[in-house]
Amino acid sequence: MRLDLKSLTVELGGRRVLDDVTLSIGEGEFVGLVGPNGAGKSTLLKAIVGLLPAGGEIALGGEAARSLSARETGRRLSYLAQEREIAWPVPVEDLVMLGRAARLPSFARPGPQDAAAVARAMRRMEVEALARRPATELSGGEKARVLIARALAQETPLLLADEPTAALDPAHQIALMRVFADLAGEGGAVVACLHDLGLAARWCTRIVLLDAGRIIADGAPLDALTPERLRSVYGVEALFADRDGPVVHPLDLAGRTPG
Amino acid sequence: MARHRHRYRHRLAAEALALAALLPLPPAAAEEGAPRRVVSLNVCTDQLAMLIAGEGQLHSVSYMAQLPEASMLHEEAARYPVNHGLAEEVFLMQPDLVLTGTFTTRATTALLRRLGFRIEEFPPETSFDDVRENMLRLGRLLGRDARAAELVAALDRGLAGGAAGATGKLVATYSANSYTSGGGSLAGAVIEAAGLKNLGARLGIAGAGYLSLESLVLANPDLVAVDGREYDAPALAVENFVHPAFRRVAGDTKLVNVPARSWLCGGPFNLEAVRILRAAAEGTGR
Amino acid sequence: MTGTAGYRLLLAGLAVVTALLFVCSLLVGPAEVDAMTSLRALVSDEGGLMTLVMREIRLPRAILGLSIGATLGLSGAVLQGYLRNPLAEPGLLGISPSASLGAVIALYTGVAAAFPLGLPLAALAGAALAVLVVRVMAGTDGGVLSVILAGVAVSAFAGAMTSLALNLSANPYAALEIVFWMLGSLTDRSMTHVWLALPFMAFGWAMLAVTGKALDALTLGPDTAASLGVDLKRVRFLAVFGTAASVGAATAVAGAIGFVGLVVPHLLRPFTGSLPSRLLPASALGGAAMLLAADILVRVVMPGRDLKLGVLTALVGAPFFLWLVWRTRRRMV
Repeated sequence: MRLDLKSLTVELGGRRVLDDVTLSIGEGEFVGLVGPNGAGKSTLLKAIVGLLPAGGEIALGGEAARSLSARETGRRLSYLAQEREIAWPVPVEDLVMLGRAARLPSFARPGPQDAAAVARAMRRMEVEALARRPATELSGGEKARVLIARALAQETPLLLADEPTAALDPAHQIALMRVFADLAGEGGAVVACLHDLGLAARWCTRIVLLDAGRIIADGAPLDALTPERLRSVYGVEALFADRDGPVVHPLDLAGRTPG
Repeated sequence: MARHRHRYRHRLAAEALALAALLPLPPAAAEEGAPRRVVSLNVCTDQLAMLIAGEGQLHSVSYMAQLPEASMLHEEAARYPVNHGLAEEVFLMQPDLVLTGTFTTRATTALLRRLGFRIEEFPPETSFDDVRENMLRLGRLLGRDARAAELVAALDRGLAGGAAGATGKLVATYSANSYTSGGGSLAGAVIEAAGLKNLGARLGIAGAGYLSLESLVLANPDLVAVDGREYDAPALAVENFVHPAFRRVAGDTKLVNVPARSWLCGGPFNLEAVRILRAAAEGTGR
Repeated sequence: MTGTAGYRLLLAGLAVVTALLFVCSLLVGPAEVDAMTSLRALVSDEGGLMTLVMREIRLPRAILGLSIGATLGLSGAVLQGYLRNPLAEPGLLGISPSASLGAVIALYTGVAAAFPLGLPLAALAGAALAVLVVRVMAGTDGGVLSVILAGVAVSAFAGAMTSLALNLSANPYAALEIVFWMLGSLTDRSMTHVWLALPFMAFGWAMLAVTGKALDALTLGPDTAASLGVDLKRVRFLAVFGTAASVGAATAVAGAIGFVGLVVPHLLRPFTGSLPSRLLPASALGGAAMLLAADILVRVVMPGRDLKLGVLTALVGAPFFLWLVWRTRRRMV
């Protein structure tokens, strides 16, 4: 399913947070959305979900997002918010099952298909052992993985994730990147906001660099993340290498290292 | 039996006429040394004072004496300046005797005593003995013993006729908030004088007490005495009067309108309440 | 899903307890008549006065106890799920006191006498206003403190205005009736009250019942819920007006009864796997049971006096509320 953004503009509190963003994402892409704090990455995802009023056009699978019902939108995309809110001590299994909500009619109970999807998602995120534990009693990392499992259980063509690797240890961070890459390989599309340039460069098929609400760069990781761009956008000097794939690692603030 | 009833009714009518005749009679002057400027703060003492006091003796009555809901002598009371029971008002009137009930504001009474006024408190009447005692005592205080004795005699004559030909029917008084009058209350004494049985007393209620709607329905009294004026302005207190169960039990034939003012205070006018109940019990109208 | 069997058992158990309490409520009263005679008088037309007592005094009281209890439990569960806040309930948030204010204005100005439906409608309006105010104050993140403070402010205002309205009434008894409106009572309610309130309550229940799935999704926050296909505007409308209709009508005939909507969902939450949608029917039944029990106690403990229902629910609920505050105090601000 294609995601098409045309001249997307968002104003919040009189400030232009997103300015004339045009972007198309297709099947099989794992897009890393990167940029400094305040660049508008979260806002972009929220606008796509429909949580913010936006100027311009958003199309999901060729249809205008505005014309879709909330339920229909929930069938086409899943969203992992930056706020990891869990209001009640719901067992993990039931929480992940919430991801199936968009597919089920109002009073229907989950069926075997839903149970299978939940099991798959929990296996992918390695939280099967926590199935009956109240979600609020988990550690930060476990909670994060459970919430990602919920988004995976939705099994939508498009997955939008806002800082999914926050609170995860390195092993789980990499495991998650693998999961996203696999999803893209299976024909889905993933857009993830990432702060970690190394992860983004190594695992994403495409990088979109945002700064002050505008797209600065859009392309393959090493095409988008050049030393000059890192200097001008992030203000950092980075190490570029290749170890079975791109390695990008910020070293120090720009203008500090000699040469 | 019927002849007894007729005789009684004639006697009662005669007493009522005599009572009516007594009222507008210009009172004779009081004795020497009696109070010359009396102020009454309580609707019951107001009415007794209006009946007993001599010419020019009673200076002011409470505002309630002029309310038809509370006072039998509301028209009489129009002749007097009213007070609202405030110490300052009373002070400005400079009375030599102040009449109050025991339930008049404690603070006001205490303040007036401190200011040096003579206060005489009259407890609320719960029986006709109390009524007689209050009337005679007021007569003594005002130096109008003869007049008080006259009124007590008239009351006694009126009551004497009531017991004859008692029908023994059961009556329940029912007022706002499901209150009824039981034994040891003035209303109870009136009911007794009318030759009827009081449901409140039967249920063991002393004074005024709560009578649940259920108990009222199950007792199924012959008469239910209410104050017809009570349910004019809306309030929850009077909601039970439109309750379907109440309406079924206290249908039109059983409902008796006894104005609260006729038995709120003790006095010769209580005979009016007795008359109404008697007439209702005999089924000859209200 | 494991736990479904346990949940069904819970609902069945609650239903049985509620039914038993309903019957008990029919059997309690000043009349000293044995149970079988009372019940027989209820169903047959031959019971004479006892039939009158059963059908016109005890039956409406039991029906209202059941439906108002269900209303309070259900609306409490919905408010907690919607505001994502375990301290939310119609009494604490000022919804019941505002409904009282609407009812008082309709009743004591004589509007209700001229136009009977005016009473529940006015109460509904009062309740709706309160819910909207609290919703606006709570904002999208529903901070615990702002919600509770909004509720305190609304309660205080509604209470003061009610007192004023009663004092201005022409009827001298009115000023004393503030106790009924603030604490609630089911004494001597008639079938008239039932027919006046029940349609609105049922309408409110229908609106509230439908929010279950949306409330489940709201567990993850409004943004995630929206992405899960929840129409947030629709949920807000259903929660606000469902609460206003049901709580408004309940308050119009019985006064403001507090704490049921707080205690019942909280006690039952662990048994429903904390899922809001499961909590709704359980809270409705639990609330009905709690209020029926309180109403029975009120008649048994002080048979001669008219003890107000709200006294008993507050005796249980207020300490419970304090304990709840104590437990969540670290997360309070």
